Amino acid sequence: MTSTHGPIITILLVFLILTGCDQHKATTKDPSPKTETVTSIAETESEPAYGDMIIRGTIGDASVLLPVLANDASSFDITGLIFNGLVKYDKDIQLVGDLAEKWEIADDKLTIRFFLRKDVKWQDGQPFTTKDVEYTYKTYVNPKTPTAYATDFLKVKEFRVLDPYTFEVTYTEPYAPALTSWGQGMLPSHLLEGTEITESPLKRAPVGTGPYRFREWKTQEKIVVDSNHDYFEGRPYINRVLTRVIPDPATMFLELKAGRLDQMGLSPLQYTRQTNTKWFNENFRKYKYLAFGYTYLGYNLLDWKFKDKKVRQALTTAIDRDGIVKGVLLGLGEVAYTPYKPDTYWYNPNVKKWPYDPEKAKQMLAEAGWTDTDGDGILDKDGKPFKFTIITNQGNQLRERAATIIQRDLRRVGIRVKIRPIEWAAFLKNFIDRRNFEACLLGWGIGIDPSQIDIWNSKKTGERELNFITYVNPEVDTLLDQGAATYDREKRKEYYDRFQEIIAEDQPYTFLFVSYSLPIISARFHGIKPAPLGIGYNFDRWYVPKHLQKYHIAP
Amino acid sequence: MYADFLRRLARDKLAMVGLCVVAVLFFVAMFADFLAPYPPDRIDVEKILVEPSRDHLMGTDPLGRDVLSRIIHGSGVSLSVGFVAVGISTFIGVILGAASGYYGGLADRIIMRFVDIMLCFPTFFLILAVIAFLQPSIWNIMIVIGITSWMGVTRLVRAEFLSLRERDFVRAAVSQGASDLRIIFLHVLPNAMAPILVAATLGVASAVLVESSLSFLGLGVQPPDPSWGNMLTEGKDNIEIAWWLSLFPGLAIFITVMGYNLLGEGIRDTLDPRLRR
Amino acid sequence: MGPYILKRLLLMIPVLLGITIISFGVMKLAPGDPVSVVTDLNPNMNKEAIERIRAYYGLDQPAYVQYAKWLKNMLMLDFGRSFAPDSRPVIDKIMERIPVTLLINILSMILILAVAIPLGVMSAVKQNSVFDKGTTVFVFVGFAIPTFWLALLLMILFGVKLEWLPISGLRSLTYAELSVPEKVLDLGKHLVLPVFVSSFGGLAGMSRYMRSNMLEVIRQDYITTARAKGLDERTVIFKHALRNALLPVITLLGLSVPGLIGGSVIFETIFAIPGMGQLFYQSVMSRDYPTVMGILVIGAVLTLVGNLLADVMYSVADPRIRAAG
Repeated sequence: MTSTHGPIITILLVFLILTGCDQHKATTKDPSPKTETVTSIAETESEPAYGDMIIRGTIGDASVLLPVLANDASSFDITGLIFNGLVKYDKDIQLVGDLAEKWEIADDKLTIRFFLRKDVKWQDGQPFTTKDVEYTYKTYVNPKTPTAYATDFLKVKEFRVLDPYTFEVTYTEPYAPALTSWGQGMLPSHLLEGTEITESPLKRAPVGTGPYRFREWKTQEKIVVDSNHDYFEGRPYINRVLTRVIPDPATMFLELKAGRLDQMGLSPLQYTRQTNTKWFNENFRKYKYLAFGYTYLGYNLLDWKFKDKKVRQALTTAIDRDGIVKGVLLGLGEVAYTPYKPDTYWYNPNVKKWPYDPEKAKQMLAEAGWTDTDGDGILDKDGKPFKFTIITNQGNQLRERAATIIQRDLRRVGIRVKIRPIEWAAFLKNFIDRRNFEACLLGWGIGIDPSQIDIWNSKKTGERELNFITYVNPEVDTLLDQGAATYDREKRKEYYDRFQEIIAEDQPYTFLFVSYSLPIISARFHGIKPAPLGIGYNFDRWYVPKHLQKYHIAP
Repeated sequence: MYADFLRRLARDKLAMVGLCVVAVLFFVAMFADFLAPYPPDRIDVEKILVEPSRDHLMGTDPLGRDVLSRIIHGSGVSLSVGFVAVGISTFIGVILGAASGYYGGLADRIIMRFVDIMLCFPTFFLILAVIAFLQPSIWNIMIVIGITSWMGVTRLVRAEFLSLRERDFVRAAVSQGASDLRIIFLHVLPNAMAPILVAATLGVASAVLVESSLSFLGLGVQPPDPSWGNMLTEGKDNIEIAWWLSLFPGLAIFITVMGYNLLGEGIRDTLDPRLRR
Repeated sequence: MGPYILKRLLLMIPVLLGITIISFGVMKLAPGDPVSVVTDLNPNMNKEAIERIRAYYGLDQPAYVQYAKWLKNMLMLDFGRSFAPDSRPVIDKIMERIPVTLLINILSMILILAVAIPLGVMSAVKQNSVFDKGTTVFVFVGFAIPTFWLALLLMILFGVKLEWLPISGLRSLTYAELSVPEKVLDLGKHLVLPVFVSSFGGLAGMSRYMRSNMLEVIRQDYITTARAKGLDERTVIFKHALRNALLPVITLLGLSVPGLIGGSVIFETIFAIPGMGQLFYQSVMSRDYPTVMGILVIGAVLTLVGNLLADVMYSVADPRIRAAG
C-alpha cells in the first residue's frame, strides 16, 4: 500500500503550506525508524489511567469515513481509529495479524489462508466473521464502487470462505504485495449488505471494530470519537479523541499556544524557532522521524535536453541538495538518493550519490556537448541555449523554495531555469497528463511494501499513469516484476538493491530530500514510544496519569 | 479648467498626501534596481529569517533574501498589477457603458443583462474561471483582475451617458451630422471623465488588495517573483517567528491603498460639482 | 405593480439559464475534472479504476448530455449529489453551511449600517471639517488593511496576549454542557472577531456612499426651502434630508441579499468557521460541479430576487419612480 503526497492533498492543497501531509500518519499504519524524542525531559513512568481527551489539529476535514471510499489523509486519520484490517505493521515495520490471528501461504505462493480472531465484535455488538471479509472484498472489486484501492484485490482469482473464521484467496501468479493489501479496513456486512455504499449513512457515522467508536462529526469543524470499551486489544486509555479542523496553519499554531490543542504537525520553522521556549518545553514534547515520502525533480525524458543520462547526472551534481535540506527544511530532513526511505530494510546505501560539485557538473555538461559558445553566460548546444521550466503545484511553500534554490544552483553552471507553480487540477490535466513539461518538482509517498512498478515500469507510461516522465529501462522492468513475485525477503531485497543502483545511475529524477515529520504533543500524554513506524502505532496505549488529566469525559 | 482643478485639488490636504504617496511609489518602482540594496533573489541559507539590522533594514525571509529589496522590487509588480488591471476594466467598462448608454434600446438591454449575469457570480469564481483559460503568470493575474471588475465601470459610464446624451451640446453635434464615434469620444466621453478617473484611482487600490487576497489562496503572483501579496502571505504563516516578514509588506499595501483612495476621493470631491458648496 | 413584477420574474428565466450555461461551461472548460483531482498521481489507481469512477459520475458522457441531465434534475429542484468522495446530496452540504454564514453576515451588516450611516451623515453635514477628514481617514484605514493580516493581528492580541476572546472556531469544547444564556454568550464571544473583521472592509464603502447621498440631498431645493421656512436645522437634516438620503440604501440592501449567504473563504479559513465561502472554494478547487452549480444557482436566484425586491421597495417608498417605471 503506497500513498502519495500529491493527490492526498487535493482540495486543501493551498493550505498545505506548513503542516505538510504527514499528520494522518501519526495514528494510522505508518511512520518510521530513526525516531527520536527531542525534548530532554525524561518521561517519568507513572501508572496508566483511563480518562481525559486529546485534541488534535488538522488543516483539512475528512470527506468520508468508510475506508473503501476515502482518498484523503484526513479521512484515513479517523478511519484508522475506527476500523481494523486483517493485518497491520507493527512498530518495527513487520507485518503482523490484526483481525487475522495468523495466515498460511501455500507452497506454490498462490494461495493464502487467513484465520480470523474469534473474539472480535463490531461496535454494535455483532460478531466479526468471514462474512464481513467476503463482503469487503466484493465491495472493493465491485465495478460500481468508486474506490481507489481495487487494484490489489482484482488480482485475486478466487475467494473461498471455509468457515466463519477461515477463508482462502488464490492469486493467478505469486504476488508479494498481496498480504499488505489485506490491511485495508474491514466493513460491517450486516449494516451494509444490500445497500448502495455511496449512499450509506455509515459514510458519516461509521461502525467498525477498532479502538474508538464514532460519536460526532460537525462538518469542517470537528470529529469526535470515544473509546471502545470492548476493543479486542483492551479498552484504550484516552477516553475521547477530538480532531479540530483549522484550515489556516498560522491559526492552528496560535490555538496550540493558547493551550487549546494537544497535538499538531509543526513546520521546520516552528520546530526550530518557535517551540523552544520554557513554556513549550514544560508543556509539550516534540518528536521527529523521517516521513514516508520523498521530494524529487523529475525530468521529462521525451524532451531532447534530458535524453542523455550524462546531462541528468550533471544536473544532479550541480544541485546543492545539502543546501536545500539546510535552507528549506532547516536541516530537518535528509538528502534522498534512491526512491526508498533511508532508514528502512529496502534502502540501498551503496549507490552513486553524485555529490554537489559545480565544477565537475560543468565538465560533465561539456562532455555531453553543452558549452557556452557565444559567451552569453548560458550553455548551448546546436545553437540552442540550455533553458527550461520547472513546474510544481501551487501553494506548497517547501517545494517552491526548493525550486528557487535549484534555480540559483543551475544558474551557476550556466543553465537558466524558470519556476512556475500551477494550480493542482490544471497542473495534472494540462501538464502532467499531456506530458507538457520539461521538469517537475513533486513528491511521492513511500509505501511500506517495496513494489514500485507503477512508477518505474515502462508499460506504465500511458495517459494518467504514473510513469509520466517516460522512463524506459528493460532491466528495471524485469527486476520490478521479479521483486513483486518473490516472497523471500532477502531474495527480494537483492532485486530492489540492483534496481536502486540502476535508478541512481540513470538519474531520471534528481532525488532531493526526505523530510522529517514533526509532531508536537502535550506533555501530559504518556506512553508514547517512538519506533521505526513512528509514534502513532500504539495510540490506544497512550495515557494521561490521573493527576495530570485535564478534561473530564464520562467514560 | 484644469488649472482651476489642480488649484482646488492642491487645497485638499488629504488628496495631496495621497498624491505624494503615489508619486513616491512610482519613483521606487521605476528605480527599483538602484534603490534595492541587494538583488531580490539573492538566497543566503546562512541568514534565514534574520531580524532587521544595519545590513538588512527589514530583515530577511525564509530563504535568507533581503525583505527590503523584495519590497522595493515588489512595488513594481504590485503597482503594475493595479494599473494593468484597472486599464483593462476601464477600457471594457467605457466601451460597453458608452454603447449601452448612448444607443440605448436593444444594445442597452443586452449589455445590462450581461452585467447582471456577471454580477451574479462571486468575483472569486470569475477569477478562477479566467485562470482556467490562461496559464498563470504575473500578466495573467492582471488580466484576470481586469476582466472580472469591469461591471461597475460599465454601469457608471452608462449612467453618465444617459444623462449627457440629452444635453444641448450633444444634440447640437448630432444635428450637425457628426458620426456616432465622434460624438461618443469627442463630445460625451470627455465630460464623463471625472467619475471614470475617480473609479480608476479607487480601482488601483482595490486591485492591489485583490492581489493580496489571491495570494492568500495561493492564486496570486507566484513565487519566486516578489509581490506584496505573496510576501504578506508568507509572512502570515511565520507571524510569530518573524514579525518583520508580514509587517513591512502589510504596511506597503496599507500605505499604497490609502494613498490611492485619498487621491481618488480628493479628485472626486474636487471634480464633482454636486459635492461642492 | 402586478404586471411589472410578473414581467421582471419572466425576465429572470433567460438570465438564470444564461448563468447556469456560463457556470457549467466554465467548470467544464477549466482544466481537470473531479476524478483526476483525487486519482491522478495516486499509485493505487490504475486506468481501469479511474475510468470506473469517471463512469460512476457520468463524466464519460459528452458535456451537453451532462448539462441536460443536470438541468432536468434542477427543474425538479433536485440539486444532485456531490462529486466529492462523500457523494452527499448537494442540498445537505449547502444547508448545513447556511445558518452560520447567514448569522455572521447579518450581524456584520447590522454593524456596518449602525456605524456607517451616522458617520456618513455627520461627515456630510460637516463637510470638510476636521471630523469629516478624520472619518475619511478612519474608514479608509479599515479598507486598506488586508483582511487576513488584520484578523491574525487581532487574534494574537485578543486571543493569545490578552486572552479575552477565543481564537478560532464557533463554539467552546464545553458548549454542549452550557445553559442557554451561556451558549449565547459563548457563541457571541466566538463571533466578535469574525464579525468585526468582516464588517471592517464594508464600512468604508457604506459610509462614503451615505456621505455623498446626503451631500446631494442637502443641496436639493426642498431642503433649501425647508431651511428658508426657518425650520430648525436638526429637523431639516434628520427629518427631511436623512429620509431621502436613505432611499438609495434600500437598493444597496437588496443588492446585498446574495452576499448574505456568500461568505468569504479568507476569513472563514483564518477563523476556522465552517461557512459557505470555504465550501464554495473547496468545491471549485476539486471541480465538484454539482456543488458549485448548486451554490451559484442559489446565489443567482437570491441576487435576482434581491434586485427585484429592491426595485419594488424603492418604488413603494419613492412615488417618483413609480410614475416613471
